[in-house]
Amino acid sequence: MSIKHGLLALLAPGPKYGYQLKAEFEATTGSAWPLNIGQVYSTLQRLEKGGQIEADGVPDDDGRVVYALTPAGREELAGWFHSPIAQESRPRDELAIKLAMAVNTPGVEAREVVQAQRRQAMSSLQSLTRAKASVPDEDLARVMVVDSLIFAVEAEVSWLDRCEARLRNARTAKTPEKEAVQ
Amino acid sequence: MTANPVLEVRNAGKVYGVDETLVTALHGASLSVAPGELVAVRGASGSGKSTLLHLAGGLDAPSTGDVLVEGQSLAGLSRKDLARLRRRSIGYVFQDLNLVPSLTAAENIALPRELDGTSAAEARTEALAALAEVGLREVADRFPDEMSGGQQQRVAIARALIGPRRLVLADEPTGALDSETGEGVMRLLRARCDAGAACLLVTHEPRHSAWADRVVFLSDGAIVDETTADAPAVLDLGALT
Repeated sequence: MSIKHGLLALLAPGPKYGYQLKAEFEATTGSAWPLNIGQVYSTLQRLEKGGQIEADGVPDDDGRVVYALTPAGREELAGWFHSPIAQESRPRDELAIKLAMAVNTPGVEAREVVQAQRRQAMSSLQSLTRAKASVPDEDLARVMVVDSLIFAVEAEVSWLDRCEARLRNARTAKTPEKEAVQ
Repeated sequence: MTANPVLEVRNAGKVYGVDETLVTALHGASLSVAPGELVAVRGASGSGKSTLLHLAGGLDAPSTGDVLVEGQSLAGLSRKDLARLRRRSIGYVFQDLNLVPSLTAAENIALPRELDGTSAAEARTEALAALAEVGLREVADRFPDEMSGGQQQRVAIARALIGPRRLVLADEPTGALDSETGEGVMRLLRARCDAGAACLLVTHEPRHSAWADRVVFLSDGAIVDETTADAPAVLDLGALT
């Protein structure tokens, strides 16, 4: 997740303090990804070193600095908005590995692994849906963030449905008469 | 919640065919839906979810077990009494074929009340109130083909809950709708449940079933799983609300 670009975007309308950036980041994303202030300042330091932002004026009485975008920072931000994010391959997707192992490990009922995972995913989906019901439609940024989480979990549930069907079909193929008629 | 369930399915089984052609569509399934509760049923095609919904609605009789609506067992009812109970206690919302094309929205909603002996004027008043509750007062005098798919489904929900009825059986009510319109229908069903209705919903869309208080999974005619929304949150949901 790109904190760097998120902070650049928040600086686009005008200079801001670090603590302001933290609060605005969380307000925009609905606190789905809480930041700690240390992360914010270390990212700001890196951006400053990279010439994408600069301290704007002198520190205030508490030693706090207002940061502003540089032309290079604006360019970086425009590039981020204009280039789609690649679907990264997830070489260490723990869930996919777990299911692959479950299918081939003696004594493990893969269907139970699928069902336990789906139970968890479905519950998360229900919780997210409840959360979404209380976010007003006008709060576009937050609604879209919650939607993003909802669609991602839904994809997992749909995939698990498919896994369950595959496991059932595989079992039926082995013992047709047992499944068809009871 | 200690309220008596509006719907109670007790160990209901359904077998079709005889001897070699015997197929078990449902093995002793049990579930209940209380006032204010939305229960979703998920499962692959052929898992028994339509059978379960048909048994719950008195559209088909279980081979074993029993179904109770508002505490009344459907098993002992005559054909006539069953028809009356279906009309008075149960509302149905299907994927399509919901509304009578030659009747306006208000007339469609008033129809079950008029069939039940309510005067036309009174039924219309009730229908207009029901339309207002689903936020569609303005379509009262439109015919189904003059409404969007989402509006038709909302009218069907209004009709399902008119009069003393408080049990809605919904079979893929969002099936023919796009994602956003489908969500509007789910929000409405949720709101009607929050206002006291009981709903049993069949849907294959995980996203839509997530509006339910409980999600029941059917597989090979048996309930294999059940979830509630109380799982440990993966995110800081408190901050989202």
